[in-house]
Amino acid sequence: MADTMQFDLVSPERKLASVAAESVSIPGSEGDMVAMPNHAPVVTTLRPGYVSVVADGETTDYLVTGGFAEISAEGVSVLAENALPKGEVTKKVLEEFHRIAEEDAKDAAEHNSAAAARRIADHHDLLLRHGS
Amino acid sequence: MANLKDLKTRIQSVKNTRKITKAMQMVAAAKLRRAQESAEDARPYAAQMNAVLGNLAQGAAESESAPLLLRGTGKDEVHLLIVATSERGLCGGFNSSIAKMARAHANELKAAGKTVKMITVGKKGRDQLKRDFSDIMINHVDHSEVKRLAYTHAASIGKDVIKRFDTAEFDVATIFYSEFESVVTQIPTALQLIPAKFDAPEEASSTVYDFEPDENEILDDLLPRSVATQIFTALLENGASEQGARMSAMDNATRNAGEMIDKLTIEYNRSRQAAITNELIEIISGAEAL
Repeated sequence: MADTMQFDLVSPERKLASVAAESVSIPGSEGDMVAMPNHAPVVTTLRPGYVSVVADGETTDYLVTGGFAEISAEGVSVLAENALPKGEVTKKVLEEFHRIAEEDAKDAAEHNSAAAARRIADHHDLLLRHGS
Repeated sequence: MANLKDLKTRIQSVKNTRKITKAMQMVAAAKLRRAQESAEDARPYAAQMNAVLGNLAQGAAESESAPLLLRGTGKDEVHLLIVATSERGLCGGFNSSIAKMARAHANELKAAGKTVKMITVGKKGRDQLKRDFSDIMINHVDHSEVKRLAYTHAASIGKDVIKRFDTAEFDVATIFYSEFESVVTQIPTALQLIPAKFDAPEEASSTVYDFEPDENEILDDLLPRSVATQIFTALLENGASEQGARMSAMDNATRNAGEMIDKLTIEYNRSRQAAITNELIEIISGAEAL
C-alpha cells in the first residue's frame, strides 16, 4: 500500500504546492476531514480555513478562503480561490478577506444569504484565532 | 542647398522614431514573457476546474434542478457580449481583429432579431465599438490602472455578469478575446460563458465521486467560480496576445524605419555630391574666364 499520495494546491494565479504527502487535512464545508492515501473519492467545497499537509513528517499550513478539493485514491487536489502559505498570513490579510466576505454578503441573492453568513463567521473565527 | 538641412533633420527624426520602436519592442518582449508565465501558471487551476465540472455537469445537465448557469434560461433572446481588448494601442491589428469579430457577431445577432448587450473590457475596444454600439453598451471595465492582472479583477467582472444573469438581463453570454498562438499569430476567439459548456470527459471516468455537500450545491458554488476562471483565462491570454502583437508590430516598425533611413541617407549623399560638383564647376569656369 502506498504510504504517500500526490498533493496539489493551486490557486487561479499560481501553483502553490505539489508534493508527495502522507496526509492532508482539509476544511470542508461540511466539516474538517483528513485525507490519507487510498481515501474514497470525494469532491467537497471548502470553507475558509487552513489546509495542513504532512509531508516527510513536516506539517505545512496554507490559508484558503474557498474553492473545492478533489480527493481520490491517488491524491488530493485543492483548488482554492485564494491561497497563502501560513507564514504570509497577517492580521491585515485576514481583515481584508473578512471585509470582502461582508461585501459579498450584501450582494448575495437571498437564497445564498445563509451561506454568506457562514462565510463571514468563518472569517471572523480565523481572525480571532490569529490573534491568540 | 537648403534641401540638405531638411534631409538631415528628417533622417534624425526617423532615427529617433526607430529608437522608440526598438525600445517598445524590447519592453513588449519582456512583458510577453511575464504574461506567458502567468498564463501558464493559471492553466492547472482552469484545467482541474473543467475536469471536475465536466464530470459533474454530465450528470446534472439533463436534470430539472440543475442550476440555471448550466442549463441556461431556455431562451436565447438577449445576448451579452463581453469584449476584452487592451488598454494601450500600438499593437498592430490586435484590438481591431477582436473588435471586428465582435462587431460581426453583434450584427449577425441583430439581423436575427435578437437583443444584444455589450460589456467592454479595455479602452481600445470600446473606442472602436462606441460608434456603432454606444446604445447597447451596458458597462465598461477599466483596467488602465492595473499593473498586473490578478484573479480578483476577473472575479469582479464575473460577479457583475452573474448578477446581471440572476436578474434576467440576458440569456447567453459570450466573451471575445484573442488566443495566444505565437508571437506572430493571435487568434480572435469567441467563448460562450453562460450557459456553461464543458468538454465531456473522453471516457466516462471510472471513479465515482462522493459529493459533499450534494452535487447541485457544489455546482451552485462552482459555476460562478468557473465563469470567473474562464474570464481570467481569457484576460491572461489577451495579455500575452497583446504583448506578442505589439512585439511584432514594433519589430516591423523598426525595420521600416531602418529602410527609410537607408533611403534618406542615399538621397542626402547624392544631393551633397551634387552640391560639391556644382561648386567645382563654378570655380573652374571662373578660373577659365580670367
